[in-house]
Amino acid sequence: MSHHIVEATDLRFTYPDGHQAINGISFLLRHGESVGIIGANGAGKTTLLMLMLGVLLPTSGNVRVGEVEVTRKTLPIIRQKMGMVFQDPDDQLFMTTVYDDVAFGPRNYQLEEAEVERRVVAALETVGILHLRDRPPFKLSGGEKRAAAIASVLSMQPDILVMDEPSASLDPRARRRVIRQLQSFEHIKIITSHDLDMILELCERTIVLQGGRIAADGPSAEILSNPDLLEACGLELPLTLQSCPLCGNGGSRR
Amino acid sequence: MHMADALISPAVGGVMWAATAGVAAYSIKQIEADLDEKKIPLMGVMGAFVFAAQMINFSIPGTGSSGHLGGGLLLAAMLGPYAGFITMAAILSIQALFFADGGLLALGCNIFNLGFYTCFIAYPLIYKRFTAGGCSPQRIFWGSMLAAVVGLQLGAFSVVLETLFSGKTELPFGTFVMLMQPIHLGIGIVEGLVSAAVLTFVWKARPEILEGAAAGRSLRSVAIGHVITGLVVAAIFTGSVLSWFASAYPDGLEWSMAKTSGQEELEAPAGIHQTLAEWQEKTAVLPDYGFKPAATESAEMEAAAVEEEPAWPAVSSGTSVAGLVGAGLTLVGAAGAGMGIRRLKRKKAGVAA
Amino acid sequence: MSNVTTSQYNLRLLDDLARLDSPIHRIHPLIKLMTTIIYLVVVVSFGKYEILGLLPLLFYLVVIIALAELPLWPIVKRILWVEPLIIGIGILNPWFDQQVFTVGGLVLSKGWLTFLAICCKGGLTVTAAILLIATTGMDGVAAALRLLRVPRVFVLQLLLTYRYVAVLSGEVGRVLVAYSLRAPRDQGIRWPVLGSLIGQVLLRTFDRAERIYQAMCLRGFAGEYHTGRHPGIRLWDIAYGGGWVLFFGLARAYNLPLLIGVWLTGGGQ
Repeated sequence: MSHHIVEATDLRFTYPDGHQAINGISFLLRHGESVGIIGANGAGKTTLLMLMLGVLLPTSGNVRVGEVEVTRKTLPIIRQKMGMVFQDPDDQLFMTTVYDDVAFGPRNYQLEEAEVERRVVAALETVGILHLRDRPPFKLSGGEKRAAAIASVLSMQPDILVMDEPSASLDPRARRRVIRQLQSFEHIKIITSHDLDMILELCERTIVLQGGRIAADGPSAEILSNPDLLEACGLELPLTLQSCPLCGNGGSRR
Repeated sequence: MHMADALISPAVGGVMWAATAGVAAYSIKQIEADLDEKKIPLMGVMGAFVFAAQMINFSIPGTGSSGHLGGGLLLAAMLGPYAGFITMAAILSIQALFFADGGLLALGCNIFNLGFYTCFIAYPLIYKRFTAGGCSPQRIFWGSMLAAVVGLQLGAFSVVLETLFSGKTELPFGTFVMLMQPIHLGIGIVEGLVSAAVLTFVWKARPEILEGAAAGRSLRSVAIGHVITGLVVAAIFTGSVLSWFASAYPDGLEWSMAKTSGQEELEAPAGIHQTLAEWQEKTAVLPDYGFKPAATESAEMEAAAVEEEPAWPAVSSGTSVAGLVGAGLTLVGAAGAGMGIRRLKRKKAGVAA
Repeated sequence: MSNVTTSQYNLRLLDDLARLDSPIHRIHPLIKLMTTIIYLVVVVSFGKYEILGLLPLLFYLVVIIALAELPLWPIVKRILWVEPLIIGIGILNPWFDQQVFTVGGLVLSKGWLTFLAICCKGGLTVTAAILLIATTGMDGVAAALRLLRVPRVFVLQLLLTYRYVAVLSGEVGRVLVAYSLRAPRDQGIRWPVLGSLIGQVLLRTFDRAERIYQAMCLRGFAGEYHTGRHPGIRLWDIAYGGGWVLFFGLARAYNLPLLIGVWLTGGGQ
């Protein structure tokens, strides 16, 4: 079981109100890859994540994780392999202490309490908030909540980590911490974000979505330095690749 | 409308707890049978929402006064009666524990008063009837208003009954009712207005929510019958058990009066039997004195009270001094204990530091 | 509109207190719950006119506050906040109680006695409830309830509601601020607007519930709520509970202050 892969084949999804969110998406992600999924709002990023996790089931096409196709029956297996960190950590931290939140997943696996404790402590240490184990979530800062949300997924020991806007609403230091942590993870990482600089740092591969389709799929260095492509998809160059606003030399703007 | 512990007797508290527990158990069974796990986080978050919404001040058009939301009707309309009741129970429990809004013993009463009538009577029998043929702003408005007013009137009347059966206040039945019902009419109107406004909005934006709640497992009239039977049984049982308990412990005042008036043995003076009779009358569910008009009532109560404390005049002269001394010492002792413990702790901390 | 913030503050304060460490905090939550319930029943079972006998029960509260190192003023504030309701009903007693008694030359309605008794009982019961939470916290109470076989659905509701009160209060608070900034002369929310104002928050709440449900499912939730092991009841816990219950029983059966007073003044004159 060494080659963890995620494969989508001609994925399509239409919402009940008729909105065609995903219009034929196919890709293959390999073991150890980290992929950034970018696109303007409404391009279908979150919907794609929901399809990969089986929260939504495709209208046609399929998603395979490892050897297993994502269907209603295989959901428990899929969810053991893939962990998702939500955009709003408050939606993910629903217990009264950080410890209980991080323990929620392992406990649902009916593990022995000693094993649960091991996993929780390991997860909290990985994200660096072991000292917050007994804190209630409403007492955490944005960055701490984000870390706790990540820990709550890590304790389930997934092979694939999916993250929806991990740097949203974080102050620069918290953001830097999240980036560093994610760099140290060995899992397949699938990250959606508007923070193109973070994608540039973290992900070797980038998929650009537009109108429910893949507009581009390739090495991040190539895609994120292509201003025409990005602007055609409602995006811009990452800030680190744009001209310096203070000394204003050259650059891609206009 | 939240009742405090100081105003109820253990018997009344116990009976209402039994009733609430019964209804809650039944509701939980229905929720579990529904197999809709989605309801679980929904109930929690809706509970938090109503909790927060109760803090909002709503100003009533035309009167310049304001009111607050109770939430029972809203919850029932959004979640269905069973989930609504459990959510109300959770909200009231947190209010009792953290805000002392209503006592813990009285929690059973409060959950019943504020949850049962709105979720299981007002919602299905009134609101649903109005909106049975389909929703419209007018139907929702009148349905909510009537349901809220009736629900709160029933709740307020329950408070009157519970307080009266507890025997802690001297308020005659008539006066109490005259006090409670009109106030809660106003509160009910506010609740109806707010619920109507919100439900109309929800119906326009996402009608499937209201329909889903209404379509849930239907409440059969048999269920209410069960509850009432259960209530009566619990009342009889608790009343008799507590009376037995009361007979094992003589009234403290009686005992000490016996001592001080010179009797050596702990003889059971006639006074104790009368006291117990009083007690049993109070813990019984249907004492007649509660329903008599004020005039006869005070005469009866005077007679009853005279029976109750036969030696009262003797107490005020003989034991009042001793009583005051004892009281003073108890209070000083309590304060001293507190300060002493604090000082000891500080010493310990100082030594350890 | 600052009700929202005051209630938030209150929750946080009690939550903070519950996370302190002291001998009382370490007592098993089930014992604390049962002791509190018994205390409440005992206080409430005193007769209408009994005040003296109630006083020793003050010891329970004082000892706990001292041993648990709880700050006095916030608790007193809470009591004062709640008493008006009790006073509101009790104050009518002096009027309605037709019997009188004399004390030191003054003729007063016995209603004053019942009123005082109600106020005392009110103070004792309210404080006992606050102390329970301040030394046990929501998690402790939930664990105790599970041990008493209260259904999981309900305990989970308590925890979830408690958890999300902070978030929802925040949302409601922000909405109220936005409203008041654009309707500075309004005292409360005007009726035509409140439907959509509250309704919006309500619908957002629904969506949030959806996301929470997804988060729960993605972490293996299947309807069952699993708690961890809780440390068992030790001998010390039983001694604590037993000791207090004994004390309550004594205070109920015998009028202790009167006994002390009689003993000191030599048989009452």
